[in-house]
Amino acid sequence: MNEQAPILIVRGLSVDFQTRQGRLRAVDNIDLDLHPGEMLAVVGESGCGKSTLSRAIMGLHEQTPEAQVSGSIRLRGDELAGKTERDWCALRGDRLGMVFQDPMSSLNPVYRIGAQVAEVPCLHGGVDRRDAWRQAVESLGGVGIPSPAERADQYPYEFSGGMRQRVVIAMATIGSPDVLIADEPTTALDVTIQAQIMKLMLDMRQQTNCGILLITHDLAVVAQTCDRVMVMYAGRIAEQGPVKEVFKHPTHPYTRGLLATIPGDDPPDRLPAIPGQPPELKSLGAGCPFAPRCDLAQPHCGERHPPLEGTPDHQVACWEREVRDVQ
Amino acid sequence: MSNDYLLDAHNITKEFTSRGGLGRADSVVRAVNDVTLGVRRGEILGLVGESGCGKSTLARCLLRLLDIDGGTIGFDGSDITHIRGRRLKAHRRQAQLIFQDPYASINPRMSIRRALHEPLSTHGWSRSDREDRIRELLELVAMPESALRKHPHQFSGGQCQRIAIARALALHPTLLVADEPVSALDVSIQAQILNLLKDLQESEQLTMLFIAHDLSVVRYISDRIAVMYLGRIVELANADDLFADPIHPYTRLLLKSVPVADPDSRLRMTEEIGDLPSPMHLPPGCAFHPRCPIRVDSCPHDIPPLREHRPNHWAACHAID
Repeated sequence: MNEQAPILIVRGLSVDFQTRQGRLRAVDNIDLDLHPGEMLAVVGESGCGKSTLSRAIMGLHEQTPEAQVSGSIRLRGDELAGKTERDWCALRGDRLGMVFQDPMSSLNPVYRIGAQVAEVPCLHGGVDRRDAWRQAVESLGGVGIPSPAERADQYPYEFSGGMRQRVVIAMATIGSPDVLIADEPTTALDVTIQAQIMKLMLDMRQQTNCGILLITHDLAVVAQTCDRVMVMYAGRIAEQGPVKEVFKHPTHPYTRGLLATIPGDDPPDRLPAIPGQPPELKSLGAGCPFAPRCDLAQPHCGERHPPLEGTPDHQVACWEREVRDVQ
Repeated sequence: MSNDYLLDAHNITKEFTSRGGLGRADSVVRAVNDVTLGVRRGEILGLVGESGCGKSTLARCLLRLLDIDGGTIGFDGSDITHIRGRRLKAHRRQAQLIFQDPYASINPRMSIRRALHEPLSTHGWSRSDREDRIRELLELVAMPESALRKHPHQFSGGQCQRIAIARALALHPTLLVADEPVSALDVSIQAQILNLLKDLQESEQLTMLFIAHDLSVVRYISDRIAVMYLGRIVELANADDLFADPIHPYTRLLLKSVPVADPDSRLRMTEEIGDLPSPMHLPPGCAFHPRCPIRVDSCPHDIPPLREHRPNHWAACHAID
């Protein structure tokens, strides 16, 4: 679909945690490509590993005996796995930008907004403080904050939730990053504000041509803004493909179930709910993790995990996929 | 008070005072402002609005969990605005509440058995009646009996919400107020709980006030919907009418902002409409006028009354006629 080479190539990325109840794999062998100017959604329910994946790509999991990240993360051909914390610090904020869910906890309450945004060019651009402040004001204006010069002098508590998230986006994009990772950027915001922030993200992508990895649980947001979507379940990719394709022809029973549970424009009398509960990662068996909740499950589904297969565009991890294709 | 209405509230006002300190004057937030709202017997009334619009405060006022600063509340034909003591306790049995976060609404140190016993023993049920009722309740919300020995942390969010629902239904209430009951749950679990609430409403003949910010959820479950903005009801209509043909510009903005899970309809939001004003400094006149695309001269001066623009479709707007 996208002619340009991917800027971010992730191969075989796994994250393991050692807990008191034993070892668990939060992210299991994920491959991912992100192209310049592309918006890729990672969707899934809480605990499916989507945030752990994004944090691993940002190098935010320290390698300790309790948390182990393995696999390859290449940014413009540069291998990031195994880099030191010092190297990561140089990358974050410069070539990797990040936007978190709660804008208040991403901002320091006791520093002026301008100073927090200006810190980025100070650290990464090597410019002096006056220039950095000027750049900060410019980028605050760029994310749609009215009278940015005055607002830069204010503190986070003087900003509304939506405006704070704009500030965080200004901080994340001021260095023109190659990759912007947005972890539930609108979940804490009201729906009228959410629409504005998503529009801003689309504008920023257009301006900087960065690749955006959008972590979310909201399928409707994905449908309206993203190019490709990756559905995660219990640490693995259940299905991935272009948004149009996946929403119109969902193939994995989990994706189908998720899409069916959204009460849309013409809600049915009863919502088709997915039965059961999401699995606990520490008690995953060898088989397909969705099998216990799946209405198509066969005995062999519980034996081995299905591989991610399909066309180069659209892949699904389901043993019953071919059976269904024939029907 | 008409007999169609189980809950019938008139001109409810609730103010909170926030202490100024450091030489600043106290400021008053009018969280609920002159709200008149009735819930008909056997219906599910949806209440939607953005955070801070006063929907939870209104619900707490209607349940007499907060003292109101003005207005009257009628329940089942009698005035409950000022009842106290034994009469209030008897009323509590009739009207129950479930909250957003099920872990926060059940005492983490209580076993599920104790949590379910509590409302029953408070209202004087005998031990054997309580045990019978608890078993009935578990069946009602499709939880196994083994749950009784466990504690809240041993359950997932959806299971815990089922237990909270069971506890709310323990005393056979007639009114159930559900305050964002599915917003903390995962999408695949949301549908289960919504279906459960819908089933219970029928089997237990409940009247329900369902509060949420998620319009698609409210649309699915509600018979009628009230839209709230900064302390006031701005529109009230049957669910289908509200979605098919919204009148108030705020409702239109809300509906337009809600993303649809259809990749053919890309982001529809184009104009910048600004943020929600602080409830401490309410704009004069119609509180929506600073964000309103169709405001007229009178909007910043007069508060528009809720008028019936079409049969059973009420809206508070000067610009619409």
